[in-house]
Amino acid sequence: MSELPVTEADLQAYADGRLPEERRAAVEAWLAARPEEAERVAAYRRLAQEVRGAYETMLSEPVPARLAQAASRRRPWRRAAAAAGWLALGIAIGAPAGWQLRPERTVTQAAPDNMLIARRAAIAHATYSPEVRHPVEVGADDEQHLVAWLSKRLGVKVRAPKLDEAGMSLVGGRLLPGENGPVAQFMYQSQNGRRLTLYVRTEASRNRETAFRYARENNVGVFYWIDREIGYALASADLSKDELLRLANLVYKNLEP
Amino acid sequence: MDEAKRLVELIPRLRRYARALVGDRSSADDLVQDTLERAWAKLHLYRRGTDLRAWLFTVMHNVHVNRVRAARSSDPLEDEMPELAQNGTQSDALLVRDLDRAIARLPADQRAVLLLVTLEDLSYDEVARTLGIPIGTVMSRLSRAREKLRAMMLGQSPTARLKLVK
Repeated sequence: MSELPVTEADLQAYADGRLPEERRAAVEAWLAARPEEAERVAAYRRLAQEVRGAYETMLSEPVPARLAQAASRRRPWRRAAAAAGWLALGIAIGAPAGWQLRPERTVTQAAPDNMLIARRAAIAHATYSPEVRHPVEVGADDEQHLVAWLSKRLGVKVRAPKLDEAGMSLVGGRLLPGENGPVAQFMYQSQNGRRLTLYVRTEASRNRETAFRYARENNVGVFYWIDREIGYALASADLSKDELLRLANLVYKNLEP
Repeated sequence: MDEAKRLVELIPRLRRYARALVGDRSSADDLVQDTLERAWAKLHLYRRGTDLRAWLFTVMHNVHVNRVRAARSSDPLEDEMPELAQNGTQSDALLVRDLDRAIARLPADQRAVLLLVTLEDLSYDEVARTLGIPIGTVMSRLSRAREKLRAMMLGQSPTARLKLVK
Protein backbone atom coordinates (compact mmCIF):
# COMPACT_ATOMS: atom_id res chain seq x y z
CA MET A 1 0.00 0.00 0.00
CA SER A 2 1.76 3.14 -1.14
CA GLU A 3 0.59 6.15 0.90
CA LEU A 4 1.14 9.80 0.10
CA PRO A 5 3.48 11.43 2.60
CA VAL A 6 1.68 13.18 5.45
CA THR A 7 1.91 16.95 5.00
CA GLU A 8 1.50 19.82 7.41
CA ALA A 9 -1.78 20.66 5.64
CA ASP A 10 -2.97 17.13 6.41
CA LEU A 11 -2.23 17.67 10.08
CA GLN A 12 -4.15 20.95 10.11
CA ALA A 13 -7.13 19.36 8.40
CA TYR A 14 -6.91 16.45 10.81
CA ALA A 15 -6.93 18.82 13.77
CA ASP A 16 -10.03 20.47 12.30
CA GLY A 17 -11.71 17.12 11.72
CA ARG A 18 -11.90 17.85 8.02
CA LEU A 19 -9.74 15.11 6.65
CA PRO A 20 -11.53 12.73 4.28
CA GLU A 21 -12.18 9.30 5.72
CA GLU A 22 -9.71 7.50 3.48
CA ARG A 23 -6.87 9.78 4.51
CA ARG A 24 -7.60 9.83 8.20
CA ALA A 25 -6.31 6.31 8.93
CA ALA A 26 -3.00 7.10 7.26
CA VAL A 27 -2.54 10.24 9.33
CA GLU A 28 -3.48 8.45 12.53
CA ALA A 29 -0.96 5.72 11.84
CA TRP A 30 1.67 8.35 11.10
CA LEU A 31 0.89 10.17 14.36
CA ALA A 32 0.91 6.97 16.39
CA ALA A 33 4.57 6.58 15.57
CA ARG A 34 5.36 10.22 16.48
CA PRO A 35 4.18 11.12 20.00
CA GLU A 36 5.48 14.69 19.83
CA GLU A 37 3.58 15.44 16.66
CA ALA A 38 0.54 13.74 18.11
CA GLU A 39 0.75 15.98 21.16
CA ARG A 40 1.07 19.06 18.95
CA VAL A 41 -2.04 18.15 16.96
CA ALA A 42 -3.94 17.38 20.15
CA ALA A 43 -2.96 20.82 21.44
CA TYR A 44 -4.36 22.41 18.26
CA ARG A 45 -7.64 20.63 18.87
CA ARG A 46 -7.81 21.81 22.45
CA LEU A 47 -6.97 25.35 21.41
CA ALA A 48 -9.70 25.38 18.77
CA GLN A 49 -12.18 24.34 21.40
CA GLU A 50 -10.92 26.96 23.82
CA VAL A 51 -11.10 29.67 21.17
CA ARG A 52 -14.73 28.80 20.49
CA GLY A 53 -15.44 28.77 24.20
CA ALA A 54 -13.72 32.11 24.77
CA TYR A 55 -16.07 34.05 22.50
CA GLU A 56 -19.19 32.00 22.95
CA THR A 57 -20.93 34.57 25.12
CA MET A 58 -20.90 37.02 22.21
CA LEU A 59 -23.53 34.89 20.49
CA SER A 60 -26.08 35.22 23.26
CA GLU A 61 -25.55 38.89 24.00
CA PRO A 62 -28.36 41.24 23.05
CA VAL A 63 -27.67 43.03 19.78
CA PRO A 64 -26.97 46.76 20.27
CA ALA A 65 -29.69 48.96 18.81
CA ARG A 66 -27.34 50.74 16.44
CA LEU A 67 -26.37 47.47 14.80
CA ALA A 68 -29.95 46.29 14.46
CA GLN A 69 -30.69 49.61 12.79
CA ALA A 70 -27.73 49.33 10.46
CA ALA A 71 -28.84 45.85 9.44
CA SER A 72 -32.41 46.81 8.67
CA ARG A 73 -31.93 50.32 7.40
CA ARG A 74 -32.70 50.47 3.74
CA ARG A 75 -31.19 53.70 2.54
CA PRO A 76 -29.36 55.98 4.92
CA TRP A 77 -27.69 57.66 1.96
CA ARG A 78 -30.91 59.30 0.85
CA ARG A 79 -30.94 61.19 4.09
CA ALA A 80 -27.25 61.88 3.83
CA ALA A 81 -27.83 63.42 0.42
CA ALA A 82 -30.55 65.61 1.87
CA ALA A 83 -28.14 66.67 4.58
CA ALA A 84 -25.57 67.68 2.00
CA GLY A 85 -28.08 70.21 0.73
CA TRP A 86 -28.33 71.56 4.24
CA LEU A 87 -24.65 72.01 4.57
CA ALA A 88 -24.76 75.09 2.39
CA LEU A 89 -27.57 76.47 4.49
CA GLY A 90 -25.67 75.71 7.65
CA ILE A 91 -23.07 78.19 6.55
CA ALA A 92 -25.78 80.82 6.48
CA ILE A 93 -26.85 80.19 10.06
CA GLY A 94 -24.79 83.09 11.27
CA ALA A 95 -26.35 85.39 8.70
CA PRO A 96 -30.05 85.58 9.47
CA ALA A 97 -30.88 86.98 6.05
CA GLY A 98 -29.63 83.80 4.47
CA TRP A 99 -32.00 81.64 6.44
CA GLN A 100 -35.63 82.42 5.99
CA LEU A 101 -38.22 80.06 7.27
CA ARG A 102 -41.58 80.66 5.71
CA PRO A 103 -44.59 79.91 7.85
CA GLU A 104 -47.08 78.20 5.63
CA ARG A 105 -50.08 79.81 7.17
CA THR A 106 -49.07 83.36 7.73
CA VAL A 107 -49.43 83.83 11.42
CA THR A 108 -49.68 87.52 12.01
CA GLN A 109 -47.83 88.67 15.05
CA ALA A 110 -45.92 85.43 15.24
CA ALA A 111 -43.31 86.36 17.74
CA PRO A 112 -39.82 86.13 16.22
CA ASP A 113 -38.94 84.08 19.25
CA ASN A 114 -41.41 81.44 18.19
CA MET A 115 -40.00 81.31 14.73
CA LEU A 116 -36.61 80.79 16.21
CA ILE A 117 -37.58 77.48 17.80
CA ALA A 118 -38.71 76.13 14.42
CA ARG A 119 -35.53 77.31 12.82
CA ARG A 120 -33.30 75.82 15.50
CA ALA A 121 -35.22 72.56 15.47
CA ALA A 122 -34.88 72.32 11.69
CA ILE A 123 -31.12 72.91 11.88
CA ALA A 124 -30.72 70.38 14.68
CA HIS A 125 -32.77 67.86 12.74
CA ALA A 126 -30.73 68.34 9.60
CA THR A 127 -27.53 68.02 11.59
CA TYR A 128 -28.22 64.87 13.55
CA SER A 129 -30.82 62.83 11.69
CA PRO A 130 -28.37 61.68 8.95
CA GLU A 131 -25.96 60.45 11.62
CA VAL A 132 -25.44 56.75 11.27
CA ARG A 133 -23.07 56.04 14.09
CA HIS A 134 -23.87 58.71 16.63
CA PRO A 135 -27.44 59.86 16.10
CA VAL A 136 -27.91 60.31 19.85
CA GLU A 137 -25.82 60.73 22.96
CA VAL A 138 -27.88 58.43 25.14
CA GLY A 139 -29.77 55.54 23.61
CA ALA A 140 -33.35 54.50 24.25
CA ASP A 141 -32.15 51.38 26.05
CA ASP A 142 -31.27 53.72 28.89
CA GLU A 143 -34.39 55.86 28.67
CA GLN A 144 -34.72 56.45 32.41
CA HIS A 145 -31.26 57.90 32.60
CA LEU A 146 -31.80 59.90 29.42
CA VAL A 147 -34.96 61.55 30.71
CA ALA A 148 -33.53 62.17 34.17
CA TRP A 149 -30.39 63.71 32.71
CA LEU A 150 -32.20 66.00 30.27
CA SER A 151 -34.72 67.04 32.94
CA LYS A 152 -31.90 67.97 35.25
CA ARG A 153 -30.08 70.00 32.62
CA LEU A 154 -33.19 71.81 31.38
CA GLY A 155 -34.47 72.39 34.89
CA VAL A 156 -37.96 71.13 34.06
CA LYS A 157 -39.42 67.69 33.92
CA VAL A 158 -39.17 66.50 30.33
CA ARG A 159 -40.45 63.24 28.98
CA ALA A 160 -39.91 61.28 25.81
CA PRO A 161 -43.41 60.75 24.40
CA LYS A 162 -44.35 57.23 23.33
CA LEU A 163 -44.97 57.18 19.60
CA ASP A 164 -44.91 53.45 19.00
CA GLU A 165 -48.57 53.38 17.98
CA ALA A 166 -47.57 55.59 15.04
CA GLY A 167 -44.71 53.26 14.18
CA MET A 168 -42.02 55.53 15.61
CA SER A 169 -39.71 54.14 18.25
CA LEU A 170 -37.34 56.15 20.39
CA VAL A 171 -33.69 56.04 19.31
CA GLY A 172 -32.50 58.22 22.18
CA GLY A 173 -31.66 61.84 22.82
CA ARG A 174 -29.04 64.48 23.15
CA LEU A 175 -28.38 67.82 24.78
CA LEU A 176 -27.95 70.90 22.59
CA PRO A 177 -27.03 74.51 23.29
CA GLY A 178 -29.87 77.03 22.98
CA GLU A 179 -30.35 80.76 23.33
CA ASN A 180 -31.70 80.49 26.87
CA GLY A 181 -29.85 77.44 28.07
CA PRO A 182 -29.68 73.77 27.24
CA VAL A 183 -32.14 72.19 24.85
CA ALA A 184 -33.14 68.54 24.55
CA GLN A 185 -33.55 66.62 21.33
CA PHE A 186 -35.27 63.24 21.18
CA MET A 187 -34.90 61.17 18.07
CA TYR A 188 -37.37 58.62 16.77
CA GLN A 189 -37.19 56.22 13.91
CA SER A 190 -39.62 54.08 11.98
CA GLN A 191 -38.91 50.50 10.93
CA ASN A 192 -37.90 51.61 7.47
CA GLY A 193 -35.50 54.21 8.77
CA ARG A 194 -37.55 57.43 8.58
CA ARG A 195 -36.56 59.78 11.33
CA LEU A 196 -38.30 62.33 13.47
CA THR A 197 -36.87 64.64 16.10
CA LEU A 198 -38.56 66.43 18.97
CA TYR A 199 -36.82 69.61 20.07
CA VAL A 200 -37.64 70.65 23.63
CA ARG A 201 -36.65 73.91 25.29
CA THR A 202 -37.73 75.93 28.27
CA GLU A 203 -39.60 79.16 27.62
CA ALA A 204 -38.66 82.43 29.21
CA SER A 205 -42.23 83.64 29.67
CA ARG A 206 -44.46 81.09 31.28
CA ASN A 207 -48.16 80.42 31.09
CA ARG A 208 -48.35 80.86 27.38
CA GLU A 209 -49.94 78.41 25.10
CA THR A 210 -50.01 78.48 21.35
CA ALA A 211 -51.65 76.40 18.66
CA PHE A 212 -49.64 74.21 16.34
CA ARG A 213 -47.81 76.14 13.71
CA TYR A 214 -46.10 74.77 10.68
CA ALA A 215 -42.96 75.91 8.94
CA ARG A 216 -40.91 74.33 6.23
CA GLU A 217 -37.54 74.90 4.70
CA ASN A 218 -35.78 72.65 2.27
CA ASN A 219 -36.85 69.15 3.19
CA VAL A 220 -37.51 69.67 6.84
CA GLY A 221 -41.07 70.25 7.99
CA VAL A 222 -41.60 71.53 11.54
CA PHE A 223 -44.69 71.72 13.74
CA TYR A 224 -44.06 73.86 16.78
CA TRP A 225 -46.00 74.97 19.79
CA ILE A 226 -45.62 76.21 23.32
CA ASP A 227 -47.23 74.56 26.29
CA ARG A 228 -46.79 76.56 29.46
CA GLU A 229 -43.10 76.64 30.31
CA ILE A 230 -41.93 74.37 27.52
CA GLY A 231 -41.59 74.96 23.80
CA TYR A 232 -41.73 72.01 21.43
CA ALA A 233 -40.81 71.61 17.80
CA LEU A 234 -41.35 68.36 15.94
CA ALA A 235 -39.22 68.07 12.83
CA SER A 236 -38.77 65.57 10.03
CA ALA A 237 -37.40 65.46 6.53
CA ASP A 238 -38.90 62.05 5.86
CA LEU A 239 -42.59 62.60 6.65
CA SER A 240 -45.40 64.40 4.87
CA LYS A 241 -47.06 67.35 6.50
CA ASP A 242 -50.14 65.28 7.34
CA GLU A 243 -48.08 62.54 8.91
CA LEU A 244 -46.14 65.10 10.88
CA LEU A 245 -49.34 66.74 12.11
CA ARG A 246 -50.70 63.40 13.23
CA LEU A 247 -47.51 62.82 15.18
CA ALA A 248 -47.58 66.32 16.64
CA ASN A 249 -51.07 65.59 17.96
CA LEU A 250 -49.87 62.34 19.39
CA VAL A 251 -46.92 64.04 21.08
CA TYR A 252 -49.20 66.72 22.50
CA LYS A 253 -51.65 64.16 23.86
CA ASN A 254 -48.85 62.04 25.22
CA LEU A 255 -47.32 64.91 27.13
CA GLU A 256 -50.53 66.08 28.76
CA PRO A 257 -50.07 65.85 32.48
CA MET B 1 -36.48 41.63 1.26
CA ASP B 2 -35.34 38.60 3.24
CA GLU B 3 -31.73 39.75 3.19
CA ALA B 4 -32.66 42.31 5.82
CA LYS B 5 -33.89 39.58 8.11
CA ARG B 6 -30.86 37.42 7.45
CA LEU B 7 -28.56 40.36 8.14
CA VAL B 8 -30.17 40.91 11.52
CA GLU B 9 -29.89 37.22 12.33
CA LEU B 10 -26.22 37.17 11.46
CA ILE B 11 -25.27 40.12 13.69
CA PRO B 12 -24.21 37.94 16.65
CA ARG B 13 -21.90 35.92 14.38
CA LEU B 14 -20.41 39.08 12.93
CA ARG B 15 -19.93 40.56 16.38
CA ARG B 16 -18.21 37.48 17.70
CA TYR B 17 -15.76 37.34 14.83
CA ALA B 18 -15.13 41.10 14.93
CA ARG B 19 -14.58 41.00 18.66
CA ALA B 20 -11.94 38.29 18.33
CA LEU B 21 -10.39 40.02 15.35
CA VAL B 22 -9.99 43.56 16.68
CA GLY B 23 -9.69 42.84 20.39
CA ASP B 24 -12.14 45.27 21.94
CA ARG B 25 -15.84 45.52 22.06
CA SER B 26 -16.53 49.00 20.80
CA SER B 27 -14.13 48.87 17.84
CA ALA B 28 -15.66 45.50 17.03
CA ASP B 29 -19.15 46.96 16.97
CA ASP B 30 -17.90 49.87 14.86
CA LEU B 31 -16.51 47.33 12.43
CA VAL B 32 -19.78 45.41 12.37
CA GLN B 33 -21.75 48.60 11.78
CA ASP B 34 -19.50 49.68 8.91
CA THR B 35 -19.78 46.18 7.50
CA LEU B 36 -23.58 46.23 7.59
CA GLU B 37 -23.71 49.61 5.94
CA ARG B 38 -21.25 48.55 3.28
CA ALA B 39 -23.26 45.37 2.78
CA TRP B 40 -26.39 47.40 2.05
CA ALA B 41 -24.52 49.57 -0.39
CA LYS B 42 -23.03 46.54 -2.14
CA LEU B 43 -25.98 44.19 -1.91
CA HIS B 44 -26.38 44.19 -5.68
CA LEU B 45 -23.02 42.39 -5.82
CA TYR B 46 -24.26 39.58 -3.62
CA ARG B 47 -25.41 36.56 -5.64
CA ARG B 48 -28.63 35.19 -4.25
CA GLY B 49 -28.57 31.58 -3.27
CA THR B 50 -24.91 31.74 -2.23
CA ASP B 51 -23.86 31.82 1.40
CA LEU B 52 -24.71 35.28 2.72
CA ARG B 53 -22.59 34.72 5.81
CA ALA B 54 -19.42 34.00 3.82
CA TRP B 55 -20.15 37.03 1.65
CA LEU B 56 -20.51 39.21 4.77
CA PHE B 57 -17.17 38.04 6.07
CA THR B 58 -15.67 39.10 2.76
CA VAL B 59 -17.26 42.54 3.13
CA MET B 60 -16.05 42.74 6.71
CA HIS B 61 -12.55 41.75 5.70
CA ASN B 62 -12.42 44.55 3.12
CA VAL B 63 -13.79 47.09 5.55
CA HIS B 64 -11.31 45.95 8.18
CA VAL B 65 -8.33 46.14 5.85
CA ASN B 66 -9.29 49.69 4.89
CA ARG B 67 -9.69 50.71 8.50
CA VAL B 68 -6.36 49.19 9.50
CA ARG B 69 -4.67 50.90 6.58
CA ALA B 70 -6.18 54.22 7.63
CA ALA B 71 -5.03 53.75 11.22
CA ARG B 72 -1.64 52.27 10.46
CA SER B 73 0.29 55.28 11.67
CA SER B 74 -0.83 54.52 15.19
CA ASP B 75 -0.67 50.80 15.77
CA PRO B 76 0.50 50.25 19.31
CA LEU B 77 -1.27 46.92 19.77
CA GLU B 78 1.80 44.99 20.79
CA ASP B 79 2.82 47.00 23.80
CA GLU B 80 -0.41 48.42 25.04
CA MET B 81 -2.28 45.29 25.86
CA PRO B 82 -3.42 45.56 29.46
CA GLU B 83 -1.43 43.43 31.87
CA LEU B 84 -3.20 40.45 33.28
CA ALA B 85 -4.00 40.23 36.93
CA GLN B 86 -1.53 37.65 38.21
CA ASN B 87 -3.48 36.45 41.15
CA GLY B 88 -2.61 32.81 40.70
CA THR B 89 -6.14 31.48 40.26
CA GLN B 90 -6.29 29.65 36.98
CA SER B 91 -9.99 30.22 36.41
CA ASP B 92 -11.82 30.01 33.12
CA ALA B 93 -11.99 33.77 32.99
CA LEU B 94 -8.24 33.97 33.18
CA LEU B 95 -7.84 31.43 30.42
CA VAL B 96 -10.22 33.42 28.25
CA ARG B 97 -8.21 36.58 28.85
CA ASP B 98 -4.93 34.84 28.14
CA LEU B 99 -6.31 33.40 24.97
CA ASP B 100 -7.82 36.68 23.84
CA ARG B 101 -4.53 38.40 24.46
CA ALA B 102 -2.55 35.74 22.63
CA ILE B 103 -4.87 35.95 19.63
CA ALA B 104 -4.46 39.72 19.57
CA ARG B 105 -0.72 39.20 19.33
CA LEU B 106 -0.88 37.06 16.23
CA PRO B 107 0.00 38.78 12.97
CA ALA B 108 -3.26 40.15 11.53
CA ASP B 109 -3.37 37.96 8.42
CA GLN B 110 -2.76 34.78 10.42
CA ARG B 111 -5.31 35.82 12.99
CA ALA B 112 -8.03 36.21 10.36
CA VAL B 113 -7.38 32.73 8.95
CA LEU B 114 -7.33 31.10 12.37
CA LEU B 115 -10.58 32.74 13.44
CA LEU B 116 -12.44 32.03 10.21
CA VAL B 117 -11.48 28.39 10.47
CA THR B 118 -11.89 27.70 14.18
CA LEU B 119 -14.49 30.23 15.22
CA GLU B 120 -16.60 30.46 12.09
CA ASP B 121 -15.99 26.97 10.76
CA LEU B 122 -15.58 28.23 7.20
CA SER B 123 -14.10 25.67 4.82
CA TYR B 124 -10.54 26.28 3.66
CA ASP B 125 -11.94 27.15 0.23
CA GLU B 126 -14.31 29.71 1.70
CA VAL B 127 -11.51 31.24 3.74
CA ALA B 128 -9.39 31.53 0.60
CA ARG B 129 -12.22 33.30 -1.24
CA THR B 130 -13.11 35.50 1.73
CA LEU B 131 -9.57 36.77 2.15
CA GLY B 132 -8.69 36.69 -1.55
CA ILE B 133 -5.64 34.44 -1.06
CA PRO B 134 -4.64 31.03 -2.49
CA ILE B 135 -5.60 27.98 -0.48
CA GLY B 136 -1.95 27.10 0.04
CA THR B 137 -1.53 30.43 1.81
CA VAL B 138 -4.57 29.67 3.95
CA MET B 139 -2.97 26.41 5.07
CA SER B 140 0.43 27.90 5.83
CA ARG B 141 -1.06 30.85 7.75
CA LEU B 142 -3.26 28.49 9.70
CA SER B 143 -0.29 26.34 10.58
CA ARG B 144 1.82 29.29 11.69
CA ALA B 145 -1.01 30.89 13.65
CA ARG B 146 -1.67 27.70 15.56
CA GLU B 147 1.93 27.09 16.35
CA LYS B 148 2.38 30.65 17.67
CA LEU B 149 -0.78 30.44 19.70
CA ARG B 150 0.31 27.10 21.17
CA ALA B 151 3.69 28.51 22.12
CA MET B 152 2.15 31.59 23.74
CA MET B 153 -0.36 29.57 25.69
CA LEU B 154 2.36 27.18 26.83
CA GLY B 155 4.30 30.18 28.10
CA GLN B 156 1.27 31.11 30.15
CA SER B 157 0.56 27.72 31.62
CA PRO B 158 0.43 27.54 35.42
CA THR B 159 3.76 25.71 35.66
CA ALA B 160 5.50 28.32 33.55
CA ARG B 161 4.12 31.02 35.84
CA LEU B 162 5.36 29.30 38.93
CA LYS B 163 8.81 29.07 37.44
CA LEU B 164 8.75 32.80 36.72
CA VAL B 165 7.69 33.66 40.25
CA LYS B 166 10.46 31.67 41.83
